[in-house]
Amino acid sequence: MNRQYIIRRLLIAIPSLLGISVILFGILAMAPGDPFEELATNPAIPPEVRMALRAKFGLDDPVWQRYLHWFAAMMQGDWGFSFQSRIDVDKLILQRLPVTLIVVGASQILAISVAIPVGVLAAVRPYSIFDQIASTFAMIGFSLPTFFTGLVLILVFSIQLDWLPFVYRADINATGWAFYAEHIKQSIMPVVVLGLAQAGTLVRFMRSSVLDVIRLDYVTTARSKGIGERKVIVRHVVRNALIPVVTLIALQLPAVFGGAIVTEQIFRVPGIGSLLIAAILANDTPVVMGVTFVFACLVVLFNLIADILYGWLDPRISFR
Amino acid sequence: MPDTFVPDTLLDIRGLKTWFKTEDGMVRAVDGVDLHIDRGETVGVVGESGCGKTVTARSVLKLIDMPPGRFEAGQILWQGRDLIPLEQAEMNRIRAREIAIIFQEPMTSLNPVYTVGDQIAEVIALHQKLSPRQAMAGAAEMLRLVNIPNPQKRVHDYPHQFSGGMRQRVMIAMALSCQPKLLIADEPTTALDVTIQAQILELMQEMKEKFGMAIMLITHAMGVVAETCQRVTVMYAGKVVEEAPVEALFSDPRHPYTQGLIRSIPRIDRAVSRQARLESIQGTVPSLLNPPAGCRFAARCKYAMDICTQGIPPLKEVAPGHRVACVL
Repeated sequence: MNRQYIIRRLLIAIPSLLGISVILFGILAMAPGDPFEELATNPAIPPEVRMALRAKFGLDDPVWQRYLHWFAAMMQGDWGFSFQSRIDVDKLILQRLPVTLIVVGASQILAISVAIPVGVLAAVRPYSIFDQIASTFAMIGFSLPTFFTGLVLILVFSIQLDWLPFVYRADINATGWAFYAEHIKQSIMPVVVLGLAQAGTLVRFMRSSVLDVIRLDYVTTARSKGIGERKVIVRHVVRNALIPVVTLIALQLPAVFGGAIVTEQIFRVPGIGSLLIAAILANDTPVVMGVTFVFACLVVLFNLIADILYGWLDPRISFR
Repeated sequence: MPDTFVPDTLLDIRGLKTWFKTEDGMVRAVDGVDLHIDRGETVGVVGESGCGKTVTARSVLKLIDMPPGRFEAGQILWQGRDLIPLEQAEMNRIRAREIAIIFQEPMTSLNPVYTVGDQIAEVIALHQKLSPRQAMAGAAEMLRLVNIPNPQKRVHDYPHQFSGGMRQRVMIAMALSCQPKLLIADEPTTALDVTIQAQILELMQEMKEKFGMAIMLITHAMGVVAETCQRVTVMYAGKVVEEAPVEALFSDPRHPYTQGLIRSIPRIDRAVSRQARLESIQGTVPSLLNPPAGCRFAARCKYAMDICTQGIPPLKEVAPGHRVACVL
């Protein structure tokens, strides 16, 4: 793979991340709310102390100065300090990030590995019974919001059947296989909820992409070679049909992370999504800033990966 | 060789009907076509757009999507064996190995995501049971045969790195890589500009001399037919209207449609005469959804009589090897 291209793309990512951080910081500065609000209602603390605290944390400085301060600190690896839990923001995020990445990653893998074969099979026999069933499920998948499907799954599998736990626990007191088994068990529902919502859109997209490709001339050429229908589909149709789908997957990632925030709330998954919600509710600005910035980095990173995949799938795209 | 040459039928299409089911009804794209090709000969299939030439060609290799298409009647005898009832797997042993095809649009006929070498080697590896490396060497050899400069390097290029004419050369290389007995060329030069057209026709001629395959050349250019074919089949609205050796067709065209086609060729020797205006055939091809009863050309024919609209005139022999479907 073209290393120069990747390095250049990473360099281009720097100004966009800078821009994102400016906008995030600006919005958070404009938002109402004061991390020391609690202190204002506490009669034991005189207003002077609160003012002194505000001054100490630099909350009264002009926005640009605060931004530069934040930026300089972040460059040195200091992401700030959570007002709420009194822990460094980076430590807090690193504690929570793996869970989110595992849940989102597993759900994406589930979505892709279900949607691509189903989409291809549906397109190969359009309007067949399989296609109609697949299309119906896809429609259900992308029209139902995750907070609804999540609750339905909890009702059925946790409350009625009592097969799966409905609260995700970080502190499992088991070791070895039992530890992993327990983790997998409690991940099933959030992963399925997120994955199926994503799979619905992907199935529809993959199906129409395959339908577009399958009637192109070079597919007829491939058939005329006598290589057999299965090979024609796999070698000559699917690879070409994947090109637009890769873009879709990359473009949908922000939405997936958004969905992950909601899903984490429902299943109490201790990921960065639930951290973000808690931080917003507590006006814990440094944490909000840190988490949103991490989301931005992830989205930029996955777009880069999509671009590289795109170039690998389609040689007409040159890495310049 | 020519004096001991015995005509030996390779492909014999008998009464082929390939129909397409659409929302408006059955489209009779090919409606009773008879056509035969002997070993080593070049047969031209001419007619205007929508007359069923391409559907006939694709029917031979069973490249018609079914549904909506279906073989309503007829036989496609390949060396005496009917292809229509063949299973997919058996058909795949005939494709490329015995009958190969090249298409009109070289720009879209190659898969953009694989190198041309990969695409040619794919056929070679499959039908000649060679290792990928040997197949790739074979692909380079084929590119050299079709006069692509620097073939060893160019096998690793993608289709978008070739011009239209060069891609058609690649298609020819791919089609001929298993030495088929018949090459179906479906308007191979229509999408190319004039100088490239001549080069491609020349190349096909050269390849024919080298490999000795028969060619079914589908075209609407009478000039191309005159230059390359030994025999010609003229199609109109899904039917064969005239079939003749090429000299007979040009010197003595019998069907009014053939006469019109020939008169519509620009002639350099007649351009200075008083009738400098090029003749054209009035009207358009009838709908194949509800073809008119009787001769399908009747509505556009200047000799049309009452009898023409009453029954379909059968093909009848007017001279050795010259058959016409006309009451005249």
